[in-house]
Amino acid sequence: MSGYDVIGTEAPRIDAPDKATGRALFIDDMTMPGMLYGALLQSPLAHARIRGIDTSAAKQLPGVKSVVTWEDAGLVKYGVSPARYDETIFCHDKVRHVGDNVAAVAAVDLETALEAVSLIKVDYEDLPAVFTIEQAMAEGAPLVHDIYPRNISAEVHNEFGDVEAAFKECDLIKMTSLVNKRQDCAFIEPQGCIAYYDHSGTLTLYSSTQVPHYTQRSVAMVLGMPIGKVRVVKPYVGGGFGAKASANHMELAACLMSMKTGKPVKMNFEREQVFYHGRSRHQFFHTMTTGVKRDGTILALKHECYMNGGAYSSFGIATVYYAGSLLGGPYKMPNMKYDGYRIATNLPACGAQRGHGGVIARGCWEQQLDMIAEELGMDPVELRLKNIMTAGDITCNDLNMSSLGMKECIEAVRDASEWKNKKGKLPRGKGIGMACGFFVSGAGYPIYRSDTFHGTVVIKLTEDGGTALVYTASAEIGQGSDTAFAMIAAEALGIPLEMVRLESGDTDFGVDLGAYSSRQTLMTGHATKEAAEDVKRQVLEVLSKELNVPMEDMDIKKGLIVFKKEKPDFSGLRTRYIKEHRGWVDNPGAEDELSFREASRIAYLARGSIVGTGKYKPPELGGKFKGAAVGTSPAYGCSAQIVELTVDEGTGRIIIDKMVDAHDCGRAINRTSVEGQMQGSLSMGMGEALFEEVKFDARGRILNADLAEYKIPSALDMPPTEVIVVESNEPNGPFGAKEVGEGNIMATIPAILNAVYDAVGVRIYELPLNPERVHKALKEYKQKNKI
Amino acid sequence: MKRIIQLTINDKEYEVAVEPNQTLTDMLRYELGLTGTKKGCEVGDCGSCTVIMDGIPVNSCLVLAMQANGRKITTIEGLETEKGMHPIQKAFVEKGAIQCGFCTPGMILSSKSLLDKNPNPTEEEIRAGISGNLCRCTGYQKIVDAVKSVGK
Ligand code: FES
Ligand code: FES
Repeated sequence: MSGYDVIGTEAPRIDAPDKATGRALFIDDMTMPGMLYGALLQSPLAHARIRGIDTSAAKQLPGVKSVVTWEDAGLVKYGVSPARYDETIFCHDKVRHVGDNVAAVAAVDLETALEAVSLIKVDYEDLPAVFTIEQAMAEGAPLVHDIYPRNISAEVHNEFGDVEAAFKECDLIKMTSLVNKRQDCAFIEPQGCIAYYDHSGTLTLYSSTQVPHYTQRSVAMVLGMPIGKVRVVKPYVGGGFGAKASANHMELAACLMSMKTGKPVKMNFEREQVFYHGRSRHQFFHTMTTGVKRDGTILALKHECYMNGGAYSSFGIATVYYAGSLLGGPYKMPNMKYDGYRIATNLPACGAQRGHGGVIARGCWEQQLDMIAEELGMDPVELRLKNIMTAGDITCNDLNMSSLGMKECIEAVRDASEWKNKKGKLPRGKGIGMACGFFVSGAGYPIYRSDTFHGTVVIKLTEDGGTALVYTASAEIGQGSDTAFAMIAAEALGIPLEMVRLESGDTDFGVDLGAYSSRQTLMTGHATKEAAEDVKRQVLEVLSKELNVPMEDMDIKKGLIVFKKEKPDFSGLRTRYIKEHRGWVDNPGAEDELSFREASRIAYLARGSIVGTGKYKPPELGGKFKGAAVGTSPAYGCSAQIVELTVDEGTGRIIIDKMVDAHDCGRAINRTSVEGQMQGSLSMGMGEALFEEVKFDARGRILNADLAEYKIPSALDMPPTEVIVVESNEPNGPFGAKEVGEGNIMATIPAILNAVYDAVGVRIYELPLNPERVHKALKEYKQKNKI
Repeated sequence: MKRIIQLTINDKEYEVAVEPNQTLTDMLRYELGLTGTKKGCEVGDCGSCTVIMDGIPVNSCLVLAMQANGRKITTIEGLETEKGMHPIQKAFVEKGAIQCGFCTPGMILSSKSLLDKNPNPTEEEIRAGISGNLCRCTGYQKIVDAVKSVGK
């Protein structure tokens, strides 16, 4: 057994009862006295010069309290990466995509605000627009931003080893491609916020965000305020998956209008605006060439990628790096060359989405590995087992696999799905496929260049001694981080989970970079553990003095003080405690062990409030080459999946019959949450593989900006899933824990692609695998093979 | 012009002045403070606004408040009693069927309507019963498990 009391259990989430009863407050559930309602004016055109903006009619409408444009907001540029700050709150010279932000209104109610928005007159001069990579990179194409020649907003070129030389050693060289479609994170709660600038000059922004810290910095920078005067608070958030991982225009506009009016301003995206804000998965065009030896040893990968990025950089510079670097593992591969380009177009900006940058690359490569296995006459499972890395291996691009249960994951899914009896042996139309993937446990570096800690945590014992209050600025957005940190605090302090109370998501609690890159369990978890240990030490110090027992001879477990050697006489302490609690019914009995509550009350009486602090920053990671930072992480999670499906050859429709997924998450802090992350990943990956696609018309307008036409998986689309938690002990993780939130999605698309091939013998290089595409591929296949 | 409607919500009688174009969702949330009913799309696609009206689960964003005149409505707030959470709520908590929780109220109410009619649903029936409620977080497996556990 692990020897742990709290972690590794299936404890119910601490926020679940409030969520089950409708009490949990999300942003739109909040109101403030005197609150105004805001609305945005967004561009109907994809690319146009702004010749003038006339707000006079809007301003005159009764009930309107504020109308703002770039003239009020200023033109401070912001974005995600400081190297690519290319957005302003409002456009001033031109609009760059349909839905680009031109003005905002705050009024006494939403109807008035919307009416005022409709009264703002913008004089646009339509400009030629570019929507595809070909259009954007064509000679003489209009530029989305003057600062990006040929519309290349970021590019990466690196080579590890010598790919061309390695190819000469290879027995088989295979080239394939894969292209996906733009995805939408499609969380069920649209973004919303309330900004309130109070009389003390403090601006508080309540927002449905994944990243209170980065949002605080963006707001302060753009509006020219000291960071200390800006507080960002995250209520419960209805999912994020990447698109809520940076400040948005609506938040900034609400802040600006609250500062102008002195009133709280509430704003919400409608579902359509969620789509136009975008910031979800890019469209990727991957071409890969892999060289292997006859025995299946992978020697080299040459990889080229073009990404349609949309009108602003957002996370894109990181995305284009990740798309290359995340192929460094989990297979041993000495040579890798990557050329990646992110192209600006007049579409809404793409950003990060679950499995940031790596998902389509993984899809392309793992399908190719399947083809290579077949040509070599090897079982795809064997090909992978032959090449996998194990703990201690370092990739050619300097990613350190400090723990890696890749082998255990592959064997687990193989054995759970009767792979050997099924692969290649199912009746035509039915198929089985497998793939692997891996992902970072948190980015090794913050988005802005800094020596900042990535997470700080404060734990304060209530003065009565009965409760540990955990304060963290981390972001619970549904993944279960609050519960994980409460469990880590309880374990490290030696008290039951019920004695921990946790507050999170408030920049007043410290620094935490937030919920992205699967970082919180490892990083905030470390800081939580350190803070709990600090508290524990202080309590034991006081106890040591009072009882004359050396510190190292004591411990705290399950809320009781453990004396490792002889039990001292603590009746004096107990008497003091009971004297303070005359008339209370829950005082300890004479025979009881000394409790944590008594001990921490005594500690308070000796020292005042007991406060412990913790912090975490990864050690310096990665190589020295340009872009080495992206992809580095203190640890890597990995997964293997096997999918079984049925292809209806008449219609081209694919039905997923079963998914088996194994993931190495280090030590599972909360097993239920780990499984939940795995199951959620399977569903998002399945939707992306089979039907998710944001579609545009010829003028850059979204054709399906709603959840009916942009289809995400329903309960009927999802097959039964089996998830297998593979535990390793990650040396760099708190209690050995690492990521689970994103690594799982990596294997889903290629496992489906490979299962389709197993079912009907067709390779498809474009997603999603909707009935039309599959049907067409089948038809071509039959014509070619004269079936 | 506002009009007065009368209806029963969670076994309590209400008289509310509503605008002709106001949805039942907005009335519940903004007039009565019953914010457990969520709003994910406002056009009937996501199910997060599900309430039970006269025994039938409906997307309250597609119902005008006026149309609820004289009806009996159950919202998520109506499931908890002095004895504590409803067994379905408990099952959702215990089985890990809740992540972000934004779909949860609607999901629980759809599950309740299903179980009221069919106390022992099969997995297929459960999936069909909640197919109008989108969840982006859980992949549905634990939700299905939770509903199944109450059914037994
Ligand atoms: S809000 Fe009613 S169905 Fe989405
Ligand atoms: S739990 Fe997040 S949408 Fe269902």
